[in-house]
Amino acid sequence: MSERPERFIIDGKRLDGRSFDELRPIKIELSPLDRADGSCYLEWGRNKVMAAVYGPRELHPRHRQNMTRAVMQFRYNMASFSVDDRIRPGHNRRSIEISKVSREAFEPVVFTKFFPKTAIDVFVEVLRADAGTRTAGINAASLALADAGIPMRSLVSACAVGKVDGEIVLDLMKEEDNYGEADVPVAMTVGEEITLLQMDGHLTPKEFYKALELAKSGCRQVYGLQRQALVEKYNKDYSVDEDDARSDAGGDSDE
Amino acid sequence: MLAVIPMSNDVMAEIQHDYLFNLVLKGERADGRSFDEFREITIETNVIDTADGSALVTLGTTQVLVGVKVQPGEPFPDTPDVGVIITNAELIPMASPEFEAGPPREGAIEIARVVDRGIRESKSIDLKKLCVTEGEKVWIIFIDIHILDNGGNILDAASIGAIAALLTTTLPGARYDEGEDMPLPVRDIPVAITTVEFGGELLLDPSLDEGKIAGTSLTVITNSDGSISGMQKSGTDPLTTDQIIRIVDMAKTAAEEIRTKFLEV
Repeated sequence: MSERPERFIIDGKRLDGRSFDELRPIKIELSPLDRADGSCYLEWGRNKVMAAVYGPRELHPRHRQNMTRAVMQFRYNMASFSVDDRIRPGHNRRSIEISKVSREAFEPVVFTKFFPKTAIDVFVEVLRADAGTRTAGINAASLALADAGIPMRSLVSACAVGKVDGEIVLDLMKEEDNYGEADVPVAMTVGEEITLLQMDGHLTPKEFYKALELAKSGCRQVYGLQRQALVEKYNKDYSVDEDDARSDAGGDSDE
Repeated sequence: MLAVIPMSNDVMAEIQHDYLFNLVLKGERADGRSFDEFREITIETNVIDTADGSALVTLGTTQVLVGVKVQPGEPFPDTPDVGVIITNAELIPMASPEFEAGPPREGAIEIARVVDRGIRESKSIDLKKLCVTEGEKVWIIFIDIHILDNGGNILDAASIGAIAALLTTTLPGARYDEGEDMPLPVRDIPVAITTVEFGGELLLDPSLDEGKIAGTSLTVITNSDGSISGMQKSGTDPLTTDQIIRIVDMAKTAAEEIRTKFLEV
């Protein structure tokens, strides 16, 4: 593991040259997987995550089915080689907790009532981890759900804030996460309803309010990129329809 | 998106079987390949910088990510002066609607063991050179195979990925105060090639449907000099001697091509 840096902020810039309210670069690829109903590959700084969605599909065992709505299932998993020291493959307490809160981040937005007795499965694999993997996973999962055509009220966008050297900063990198004073992952909808909120570390209430506002601004930026990725993908695929739509619109105005 | 399940999987399998069987009788495959033709392969190495070696292999729509981690550890008591290879494969539920979460089951274990066998038996890695202090400390090589998308024949993709990742692996001496970093000594390039028997014909690199429907498959791992370092027959149907000889020959030719195209150092 890397050493604790002496200072996190030098001349108003962070270790990687970012300002306090700046995100790491995000790269999004939609539908990289063939078998999944929807998928998304997302790079965020040095994080690399893959999300896949299956469903709505039959839920087994049957006694877990809900007669009034689909059951959401979320599995967050880290590849054994995604961190410096190899981790044992499979679920552990940390990944089980992250899976739970991530699932709950989506339950308010997915129209589960449309698909009684089914399961909607979301799988997130962290292939390379560098702080903020749960928020990266949620952002990728959000797009994978959209890619799978699952009806949703809103995309979910997530971002973490934290505190280093007494300053509230957006989107913690590895060193800031390991040795910083606080870490606050947040997920929200377009309507700015918070669907995931966790915190560890030490903040005054005033600092927390500031952190929450900063996290929301980060989520808004992430949302812009998510939206852009969807528009680019689905505009390209249906470019023919665009021309049709234009001629249709022309027809209407003549009447 | 699957809101309604139209037919049971058994019925679908029966229809699929008849369709593929009739194609094979005409000398054709559903994706237009000849019987001894591989799907398109791409190999990208060093994709994961937290791993000491890594490779992303695509074989048709199959995607496999292999990461290698190297750590010092204790040797086995009966082999105190050689390094250790541990191969693990995960059929994660992301890769296929048929895979379920949980500890590796027989499919994943078979893949890991066949890949491991090829690397071990080919003596591709000089395990003696991985000894740091006899009886106390050796390098342990963890080969972790992560199947991302199952488009069929994940075993061959895993095998190609494993050796490609090993070829780019660094022994992290500096990280553990064991001297300088150096490349992992790789002496040979074992490649596993799977052929399925179906309708009396032999089909190289089975697609997902071909793999499901074929009664039996034979995986042959060959080395640079054409020698064989591992085999695995899988499935319930028998094979004739003549078929086995032809499969070995096909595997050798295909492995040679993959080796010269992608894996020569």
